Amino acid sequence: MSEIEKGARVPVQLVLNGTAHTGFAESRMLLSDFLREVLGATDVHVGCEHGVCGCCTVLIDGVAARSCLTLAVQAEATTIETASSLASADGELNHLQAAFRKHHALQCGFCTPGILMSLTDLLRREPEPTRERVVDVVSGHLCRCTGYSGIIDAAMDAVNAGSPKT
Amino acid sequence: MSAPAPIEHAGLRPAGEGPHVGRALPRKEDAALLSGRGRFADDVAAPPGTLVAHVLRSPHAHAMIQRIDIKAALALPGVRAVITGDDIRKLSDPFLVAVKEPLPQWALAVERVRYVGEPVAVIVATSRYIAEDASELVEITYEPLPAIIDTREAMKEGAPLVHPEARSNAVGKRSFRYGDPETAFAEADAVVELTVEYPRNSFTPMECFVVVAEYRAHEQSYDVLSNFQGPFSAHPVMARALRVPGNRLRLRTPADSGGSFGIKLSVFPYIVLMGLASRIVGKPVKWVEDRLEHLLAASAGPNRVTNIAAAVKRDGRITALRMDQMEDYGAFLRAPMPGPLYRMHGASTGAYDIKNLSVSNTIVLTNKAPAGLIRGFGGPQLYLALERLIQRISVELGIDHIEIIRRNLIPGGVFPYKAAAGALYDSGDYPKAVEIALGSGRYDALVRRRNEARASGRHYGIGFAVVVEPGMSNMGYLSTLLPHAVRERTGPKNGAVSLATVNVDPLGAVTVTADAPVQGQGHATTLSQIVADQLGLDPDDITVNLEMDTQKDAWSIASGTYSCRFSPGTAVAAHMAAERIRDKLLRIAAKQLNVLPDDVELADGKARSRSNPDNALPFARVAGTAHWSPVMLPDGMEPGLRETATWCPPELEPPSRDDRINTSLTYGFVFDMCGIEIDPVTFQVRVDRYVSMHDAGSLLNPLLAEGQMKGAFVQGLASALYEEFIYDERGSFLTGTFADYLVPTAHEVPALELLHIESPSPFTPLGAKGLAEGNCMSVPACIANAIADALRVKEVPLPASPRRIHAILAGPEAKPPSTHTHAVAPSRGGRDITGRGSFDVKASPADVWHSLLDPAALKAVIPGCHSLELESENAYRADVSLGVGPVRGRFVAHVRLSDLELERSAQLSGDLAGALGAASGGGHVRLSPIAGGTRLDYDYTVTLSGKAAAVGGRLLDSAADIVIRKFFEGLARHMATPDTSAGERFLARFWRGLAKLLGGRA
Amino acid sequence: MKPRPFTYVRPHSVAEAVAALSRHGESARILAGGQSLVAMLNLRLVEASAIIDISRLTELSNMRVVGNALEVGAAVTQNRLLTWPDLAKRLPLLAVALPNVGHFQTRNRGTVCGSIAHADPSSEIPLSLAMLGGEVVLASPRGTRTLKAQEFQTGVLSTSRAPDEMIIAGRFPLDKSRTAAFREVSRRQGDFAIVAIGAYLKDADTICLGIGGAADRPFVTDIALGKPVTDQIEDIVWQLGGHEDIHATPHMRRDLVRRLAPIVIEEARA
Repeated sequence: MSEIEKGARVPVQLVLNGTAHTGFAESRMLLSDFLREVLGATDVHVGCEHGVCGCCTVLIDGVAARSCLTLAVQAEATTIETASSLASADGELNHLQAAFRKHHALQCGFCTPGILMSLTDLLRREPEPTRERVVDVVSGHLCRCTGYSGIIDAAMDAVNAGSPKT
Repeated sequence: MSAPAPIEHAGLRPAGEGPHVGRALPRKEDAALLSGRGRFADDVAAPPGTLVAHVLRSPHAHAMIQRIDIKAALALPGVRAVITGDDIRKLSDPFLVAVKEPLPQWALAVERVRYVGEPVAVIVATSRYIAEDASELVEITYEPLPAIIDTREAMKEGAPLVHPEARSNAVGKRSFRYGDPETAFAEADAVVELTVEYPRNSFTPMECFVVVAEYRAHEQSYDVLSNFQGPFSAHPVMARALRVPGNRLRLRTPADSGGSFGIKLSVFPYIVLMGLASRIVGKPVKWVEDRLEHLLAASAGPNRVTNIAAAVKRDGRITALRMDQMEDYGAFLRAPMPGPLYRMHGASTGAYDIKNLSVSNTIVLTNKAPAGLIRGFGGPQLYLALERLIQRISVELGIDHIEIIRRNLIPGGVFPYKAAAGALYDSGDYPKAVEIALGSGRYDALVRRRNEARASGRHYGIGFAVVVEPGMSNMGYLSTLLPHAVRERTGPKNGAVSLATVNVDPLGAVTVTADAPVQGQGHATTLSQIVADQLGLDPDDITVNLEMDTQKDAWSIASGTYSCRFSPGTAVAAHMAAERIRDKLLRIAAKQLNVLPDDVELADGKARSRSNPDNALPFARVAGTAHWSPVMLPDGMEPGLRETATWCPPELEPPSRDDRINTSLTYGFVFDMCGIEIDPVTFQVRVDRYVSMHDAGSLLNPLLAEGQMKGAFVQGLASALYEEFIYDERGSFLTGTFADYLVPTAHEVPALELLHIESPSPFTPLGAKGLAEGNCMSVPACIANAIADALRVKEVPLPASPRRIHAILAGPEAKPPSTHTHAVAPSRGGRDITGRGSFDVKASPADVWHSLLDPAALKAVIPGCHSLELESENAYRADVSLGVGPVRGRFVAHVRLSDLELERSAQLSGDLAGALGAASGGGHVRLSPIAGGTRLDYDYTVTLSGKAAAVGGRLLDSAADIVIRKFFEGLARHMATPDTSAGERFLARFWRGLAKLLGGRA
Repeated sequence: MKPRPFTYVRPHSVAEAVAALSRHGESARILAGGQSLVAMLNLRLVEASAIIDISRLTELSNMRVVGNALEVGAAVTQNRLLTWPDLAKRLPLLAVALPNVGHFQTRNRGTVCGSIAHADPSSEIPLSLAMLGGEVVLASPRGTRTLKAQEFQTGVLSTSRAPDEMIIAGRFPLDKSRTAAFREVSRRQGDFAIVAIGAYLKDADTICLGIGGAADRPFVTDIALGKPVTDQIEDIVWQLGGHEDIHATPHMRRDLVRRLAPIVIEEARA
């Protein structure tokens, strides 16, 4: 049994976008705060901290999850993927990102990283989802700018273009 | 001046040859945002040593602050300061207010709190976690006061006053009269009247407020980074509050902002607050608003009650309108309020040719969070009333709704058209736009759907809404609030200055800056299209930086991203600046190419002779001349290549002597048509089909234009069906999470069919109008009209939630079968949680009575009671842990007993407060002897406020019942198994207590 | 919105988890998926001196058929149950109810047993468990005990779990019916149900009807197909109590049951 005393700061090791990291966190620190403030992953956006808006969605061991509903210490020894891992090293957008641009599926871009990560999880698991399935997955996110139709169109476009390069 | 004929097309124009402006170009902003490389306010590194702030807020809608004890909070390691209203008052002045009544507001509550969520203290600490810990240690004693929430009740004599010094909750009243409305009403064939209420909501950007403030003591200045959106007319308000000249409040905005929709104007009180906090602690201070704070207190559109009436002729022609608008701004009138009451003023008659008009406007104050800027800004409120009235006229006259619209629309060919209250509509062809939208079988199909649905007994309705959409506000409109004589004294206010700068560096690279902070619209892309066209470059060659720095960038009071001022305003300024650069380059190139300037063009990255295109120089070479070789410039030309253009169109005049005001520069047109069906099982409104026709003048980038329309459509849908800030009648706020404040998801959004015609505006060089707010204005009215049609009702409360539809559809409920002696569940009957119950106790009424009056006995039976003491006669103070399941918190409770009737009944009242919020309530206990003991009947009324009500209403209402039931269960259990010693103690105390309590009566 | 400080415990076995729970006392909380608990911690609605994280306990990560029930370990996520190959065939009620639980993203981490433990009166999983006559397995220093679902959930967020007990599994009886129906009314997809109704055919003459969201715990009853259904439903709606919140009045909740229940019953018969 491992136990972290109230107030103690402990090292948390994880792999973020392919690189091993260690940072210190109190037991109560949220994974969203840890990724942003300790590891500098500012592509993780914080929108509600109660698990509804989806802005902070990242992949934890390949599975889309709200990082605001996960403790940093729970992410010990996990692999985390965020939106900055999607494009190639020289900045080329993957199918899904390119489709988002084409369909004007983002405006302010604050909710976008989270939505991309949910769709990345979906398309890896189910490469050919129906439009209804895509709507179902995107409904786990709030977007105030676009009205969603561009997002759904972009995701379906990416489905037809083949699964995203990752 | 006459407007060009509209260009008609549906959908987006293809990309291709010709100018970049007008093409559906994907955005240059996207690659970074899609790669997680946005630079939002909370992503920008703060200086090392920056401290973090947390704002402690009022759980009460209205209360006096009696005492704030910060000792325990200050003692927590990591806490640097706990700042209260007293500190703020010493260092700052109240914010400027637009009306003469005294409504002082500082950045923290001073003496009194006026709404749930009002900032009361700021804790500055080394981390947000610690600051929040400390906030739970600040002890604040409030004396709750009656709160006023209902807008109309607030206007009545004797209502609790939000600002007693103002002597009324109704301030800044003004009446206006245009034409001869009295005669028109007197001569009308019919008068159609309606009262319409527009609800309170927000468009909650996904990114909350962020402020990083640093006080620089050596120059007594404030340096602030914040995701503020403008208008920068708030800058003088902030500087005045901070007691510094404008140049000592440096305000910077970041490269990206996570949406705004008007809301991020309202960060300005926090800019002042964090500036002061930094001054107090001597370090930079950062504050990131969280979602609970945002929903509680960030901002909201004002709710409005409108009594509206039309004088109509038998054929449906409207001869006059009368509007009595009462707008509820909440607890304070924050700059630039009461904007929504006046922003639409010149266009009060909408798209209709109505010559006679009377309007009266009242600003109402209530114990709700202060209202502020919001997309649509007065339009949704106006058009809900006006368009609902049009539908009512159709019902009352028995003429088709669309016919009433047709008979009253401003005809084509009369533009520019002067509306009754002074708006100068620039261009359009309203009847043509309407007929195109109705055509191609669209209207017929809706009618067919309605006929089919009605034939099978379903509720299906068709709605229309017609909207004139203003773009780029006249900064003088708010002065319409003042009578003409006062305006004469204070000087005319008008215009709207837009500024943009084009800079070309020594290597010929072009950078554009402008006075419109980023919110996500894609302005960088549009500006690059505009500038590229003038300079013969590709949009990719243009860098646009829309960060703002009030110490360095060109700005004016109208600067900011709001009221659709980009296309008619900032875009024009950029176009003008680029033209000037172009002209300068043409002259430089002409000299070098040995041709006349008229013969030079900038194209394909070159400056070349039109007559001999081989005679050309690279753009960079020509541009470089202005930097490297002033000697080569034409005579009299200044070196360098930087132009800042100022655009202030002459049509934006000050209000006239007779109160006519051209409130905006451009006026687009929106016509919406929808079919909705009420789900007979769930009472939900389902949008079957939605068509929206727009005439926004020339579209600068149709892809982005449609993006704005689709976004506004869903926000309009949200206002119509989902989103509402709900307060109970005592002022508790009930929608503090995204689980209760309902932002539509992808599931809730129906398809939108967009249609366009383009009537270029003759008043702007680009012909473009504002276009991003129209659907926020039209959709609530269109859906409300469809619901009125479906249910054949006069009043359609918005948002039209299933609960409200149920209230309309459900008749009285059949009584339960008499065999059911069901428990009455706790309910929120409007304002309170009420309940009642009954227990049988195996003890005599005398014993039960005694326990109820004995502190030791009470402590034993109150669940989670840590201590209980008698404060004064019949008044107890208890320290209790209360909750349900895992949800619990520690509270201090004060309970008083009154109306004691020995061994028979007593009245209880009290309140409790803790980190979870506050509650107050009362109850009644009755004892009656039964065989073998006592029957104890109780009833209670409890009101929750603060966090518990805001975030946990769905579950915690039931919790109050559980807690109260547990108390009586505990009592029953206790009485059933009294241990002897306790029993003896009870008895002794009982008699003593009784003698004391009841004196001679016993 | 940051949690208060707490001690974090990651036990390596159920025994360790139970020991930690005893040691840390009444305000210790079990963390499995965290989709409700962490949100409540962030809002500081919950006092928790210690958080005992069982999400990675391999002992609790299994789904297995035991006798005529599917035993779902306390660390099994909702999406994992949703992808159990035999779900539609052997647990048709869950197959239709589970997609209503939260969203794709929350089901990825939210656990089946966490939902049972949380005892939200609107939740689909406790309702399904109650309708199937399932069981909750609890461990404590005294050993394990098994409670019927209906005995376990006692009210709003309230259960008969003792402070030193933790859920180690839920047992869903298999093959209770070949088909099932489930519908709920919520303001938006994925929201808490205003009213949730499930039904399955118990035998040729009887429908098992379950109602969530309308009382302080799941309400389960039999509908006799030989008698008029509407009369039976009218009788039921008055037994629900039906609380009031901003989304619905008790009257509306009763009306939702009156209108929706016959539809769900019909679907279950088909």
